[in-house]
Amino acid sequence: MASVKEMKSVLFGPIFANNPIALQILGICSALAVTSKMSNTLVMCIALTVVVAFSNLFISIIRNHIPSSVRIIVMMTIIASLVIVVDEVLRAYAYEISRELSVFVGLIITNCIVMGRAEAYASKSTPFMSLLDGIGNGLGYSIVLLVVGFVRELFGSGSLFDVQIFQLASEGGWYEPVGLLLMPPSAFFIIGGFIWVLRTYRPEQVEPKE
Amino acid sequence: MSKNNEGLGKTVGVVLALCLVCSIVVAGAAVGLKPLQEKNAALAMQQNILDAAGVLETGMDVPAVYNDRIKPLVISLQDYQVMQDKNPAEFDNRKAANDPDTSTQLEKANDIAGLGSMENMTEVYLVTDENGNRNGAVLHIRGQGLWGTMYGLISLEDDFNTVRGVNFYEHSETPGLGGEITNPSWVKSWVGKEIYGDDGKVKFDLVKGGADSEHEVDALSGATLTSNGVDALISFWMGDKAYAPLLDKLRKGELTNG
Repeated sequence: MASVKEMKSVLFGPIFANNPIALQILGICSALAVTSKMSNTLVMCIALTVVVAFSNLFISIIRNHIPSSVRIIVMMTIIASLVIVVDEVLRAYAYEISRELSVFVGLIITNCIVMGRAEAYASKSTPFMSLLDGIGNGLGYSIVLLVVGFVRELFGSGSLFDVQIFQLASEGGWYEPVGLLLMPPSAFFIIGGFIWVLRTYRPEQVEPKE
Repeated sequence: MSKNNEGLGKTVGVVLALCLVCSIVVAGAAVGLKPLQEKNAALAMQQNILDAAGVLETGMDVPAVYNDRIKPLVISLQDYQVMQDKNPAEFDNRKAANDPDTSTQLEKANDIAGLGSMENMTEVYLVTDENGNRNGAVLHIRGQGLWGTMYGLISLEDDFNTVRGVNFYEHSETPGLGGEITNPSWVKSWVGKEIYGDDGKVKFDLVKGGADSEHEVDALSGATLTSNGVDALISFWMGDKAYAPLLDKLRKGELTNG
């Protein structure tokens, strides 16, 4: 059984030390698409964390029975089933948000983080550790998305979770929103900034010059 | 991954077992959650109708206001009578339009909105004011856009000519270009426009570069095909083949006493 220290590093490592977005640069496309509002961002984070955690768990449980010739397909089947279940649950319990997220919930299937963790970790590790690894990577993804969503919603529409923080100039207030932040490319700049700050504090993450 | 997994029998066995389990899980979720999803969809539709009718406010009790202010009727689009044998609460407009038994193939020349076939009956939502008097109606409209069918609702004032609101609740137009058909400020530009000219023909038009009459709305920039589609679907649905005879009847005060 793994030590507590190892469990901690598996669970919390992906948040800053080995962040899937900032260090491994995986799962960028949904980070661009769904982060213009905090409420959407939060639901997307929860959805992805659930999928990556459970896909890791289930793949790890049957890891000794997966024939290596069809392992990618087997993983895909498990991931796709989980994503469909999550999508159905969202449509039943969070209809408005699921309509706004539309295809991006379905696109969790193609999110490299899920596939990456399944192949790199869950297929070689025990179920419990794989579950922790999934939750950890989900949290690592979430922290980046929430930072991006925070900046984009606060400065792009002057609100957080749809609650107006800055009074908009169009409604008689003082704040002129930055329209660019509502467009997907702005998330690139914010993620870039996030990586810059992270690597300034953790210089070991800077790649050696080629 | 151990070596003894590579045989054909084991591979097929694992894949089949996995498929079975996954399909049970997926089917279970889909079937089990269906009632809730349908309830959500019905609620969203009521919200769309109230929105088009201009009575939607945030935080209101949608089903209560809907029951109070909206009176749905199923109306035949062939003789424009109320179909008493159909229950409006169970009527599904989309289903009626797709079912060959309840729809009619359109001739190419008449099919300006690209529908293919048109339903024989439709659900019309009469709007009442706070005092219970009839005050206009909300009608289903749809038509081909650039990428797919645009589904919408249009609400008319009690003269059945002046637009009170429009709501394209489902479409697949390009975000930022044709997708702007849901932009609140563009939607607002429809309010108060008139559909029919003095001769009773549809005169409503989407124009490029400055709408300046009571029959014109600015077309969407960068979305010519979407704008053409919206233009065509208004011409079609407000024309003689669809709602025009019905609106005549409503104007005369028929159909609303039942």
